[in-house]
Amino acid sequence: MSVGRSLFAATLAGTLALAVSPASSQTLRYANQGDLKSLDPYTLNESTTHAHLGHVYQGLTARDKDLKIIPALAESWETPEPTRWRFHLRKGVKFHNGDPFTADDVVFSADRVRKKGSNMQTRLAPDVKVVKVDDYTVDFVLPSPNPILLNSWDVWYIMDKKWAEENNVVDPTPVAATTPSYASLHENGTGPFIIESHQPGVKTVFKANPNYWGKVEGNLKEIIFTPISSDATRVAALLSGEVDVIEPVPIQDISRVDSSPNAQVLKGPELRTIFIGFDQMRDELLYSNIKGKNPFKDARVREAFYKAIDIELIKTRVMRGLSTPSALMIAPELFALSKSFTRPKFDPDGAKKLLTEAGYPDGFEVTMDCPNDRYVNDAAICQAVVGMLARIGVKINLLAQPKAQYFAKVLKQGGYQTSFYLLGWTPSTMDSHNVLYDIMGCRDDAKSSRGEANLGGYCNKEFDALTDKVLVETDTEKRNQLIKEAYEIGIKDWSYIPLHQQALAWGVSKKVNLPQRADNLVMFHWATKKE
Amino acid sequence: MSDAVVSNSDRQSTQPPHARSWLSRALDSDVFYSFRRSKLTMVAAAITVVFFLLAIFASVLAVQNPFDPAQLQLINSRISPLWTADGQSPFLLGTDEQGRDVFSAILYGMRISLAVGVAGVIFAGALGIGLGLVAGYFGGAVDGVIMRIADVQLTFPAILIALLVNGIAKSILGNRLDATSMLFVLVISIGLSFWVGYARTVRGSVMVEKNKDYVAAAQLIGLPAPKIMLRHVLPNTMGPILVIATINLALAIITEATLSFLGVGLPDTMPSLGTLIRIGNNYLFAGEWWIVAFPGLALAALILSINLLGDWLRDALNPKLR
Repeated sequence: MSVGRSLFAATLAGTLALAVSPASSQTLRYANQGDLKSLDPYTLNESTTHAHLGHVYQGLTARDKDLKIIPALAESWETPEPTRWRFHLRKGVKFHNGDPFTADDVVFSADRVRKKGSNMQTRLAPDVKVVKVDDYTVDFVLPSPNPILLNSWDVWYIMDKKWAEENNVVDPTPVAATTPSYASLHENGTGPFIIESHQPGVKTVFKANPNYWGKVEGNLKEIIFTPISSDATRVAALLSGEVDVIEPVPIQDISRVDSSPNAQVLKGPELRTIFIGFDQMRDELLYSNIKGKNPFKDARVREAFYKAIDIELIKTRVMRGLSTPSALMIAPELFALSKSFTRPKFDPDGAKKLLTEAGYPDGFEVTMDCPNDRYVNDAAICQAVVGMLARIGVKINLLAQPKAQYFAKVLKQGGYQTSFYLLGWTPSTMDSHNVLYDIMGCRDDAKSSRGEANLGGYCNKEFDALTDKVLVETDTEKRNQLIKEAYEIGIKDWSYIPLHQQALAWGVSKKVNLPQRADNLVMFHWATKKE
Repeated sequence: MSDAVVSNSDRQSTQPPHARSWLSRALDSDVFYSFRRSKLTMVAAAITVVFFLLAIFASVLAVQNPFDPAQLQLINSRISPLWTADGQSPFLLGTDEQGRDVFSAILYGMRISLAVGVAGVIFAGALGIGLGLVAGYFGGAVDGVIMRIADVQLTFPAILIALLVNGIAKSILGNRLDATSMLFVLVISIGLSFWVGYARTVRGSVMVEKNKDYVAAAQLIGLPAPKIMLRHVLPNTMGPILVIATINLALAIITEATLSFLGVGLPDTMPSLGTLIRIGNNYLFAGEWWIVAFPGLALAALILSINLLGDWLRDALNPKLR
């Protein structure tokens, strides 16, 4: 080994170049910071995964560019009585392997999505009966009325019963699974694209489906997806034309991309709320130096953590102004009364005092779980939080890892193995009930899907009672009032630390016309690309 | 007793008979002579020594401890170097996005890079020398097995082996892996990737040495094999080992930096030089060049100096070039 070769290695380490062959017409190259780990549509309830799989799979309903619910595999639906929903299925639809789409597939998917191992169990309550009326009619029989039943069904993708049985994937693939199932490596949907090849962590190739039942607005014949986790490499790939679309554009590079002649940044407020949660359920934290008790069970400790975080500083320094600090666990666009809430003031001295009162004058140690390729500047936000908490004496061991490992650890299927974590959430129903039920609902009933994404197990029965009232209330004003009351309880309990809503930043080549949806699902079937 | 006699005779056969202090002998040696003749080597040695001193006294010289989150102020983030228009004291080389002083981070990062490098070299050396001695001394099947393993491993690039070991350690330890145990994993993965060089060199030297009379004498008086290998054969193979160790130190540091650059090394909260370069790389397009430039320069200067030292040592110890 000579001097020259080790110098070469040093240069190589500094400029890791991405090798991609030049783009051809109507082939769109897309790079995301995170990977598409599993093709099984029930493995991970995560927007990026839903967006990828939304090209090949479809739900009974879909959402258009403005997030309005539109028919997809169901042509129409009606509610003959408040507890019975009838769906008329689209005829002549075929799965990619040629199997016809029928009511059996809907009944099968309804069972599968609620099975153990599914991360999508909240899509359909366990006590809902799904009844086949004839080959193209399905009834959903509910124990009590639910006006928002189908609000989150655009990403509940329908699977082929026959295909699943033949390939031994009747059970969903859990996110923590260490060996991939057939369904996590292959797809068989009804959507406008077919996955031609899938190499997890390397490349996924989507080809237009020649037998698609509908009309496709865009003109793409092929989509090539590559994960590029390094911010600088992703931006360089866009600027040099090696890829046509990147998500997200790192906020420090937005002006650089906008000033380039061949690409631009599509910006907009995102509906996602980034927040921090605590394990308030276990009697002893999994990852802490405090033994025999759980400091997060004490509301004063949670309040101290909340007040120790200077959200404005995170906004100006880490997010470079591109975030909206939030007092609520939901974006202001999705809740009419959000203006009546303000964030408690940043107060490190008060926080220190609260910790002392709670019996931790010298703080304590706890591990924080954080993804590093999921949200905008996620790991940098976590590091900033670690620094701010260090100033009130709390020592945080930061475990920042790619989302595949992160989700496999902290989600239900991984056993909620976390003491303190950062997560982002967009209610898939575009409504507060989803936040109150999925994120803030009690987790104590193992049979219920309530609190499925409540990783820390915050629980208040009064709060849950309000959530149930919210579900059945039809008067908008009364409903909003109930939601407001529920949020007030959540704040009084210091249940979570909402941080901010991040901004959408998609880097798009000027050759590509791509509508931007506020839920950050990058969908290409309505994208067009010029020669 | 008998052991001492053999050692003495051994020493007398290779060294001048008159006893002097080791310092005066060192200053008078061929190696030191060639060192004084080469200005480049002296500069390289000086730089290396300075870097080691900076790393050792990092806690005294740095304005903050970049590993202690309580000392980082977000308000001080992304300050450009002192001599630029927006520079601020005391941040000589500017700060990164977390308010980490780049100069302090380089000192602490250098400490980690050097520690991992040196420990990796010692680990690889111990492993390689041990296996090489055994292979060369016993020969036969033992030699065959060890050297074929070495040959197979030589067909893989070192960085691949390091990535493999790293991946296995991560999947075994999983989430119990914190920054400190990550250090050990790095040392082990680097050690396991570089032992072959030592083993082959030592084996070669041992094959030559073991047929010499002093080894036969030691065997005749009934010394056990481990003692002969360690006390008598090994000291005579030290020259080539020193050369390999120096060059491997540079390689080990590069490997650690590459692993950290690829994101499988040390975490962002405890950055080595490679981690600093990876973090800083993301801010190049934004014009915040100092976050990556200075750690990069420091790494390049360190590697270059150590490599120059290694090259010189190889030439100095090569009897054909004297």
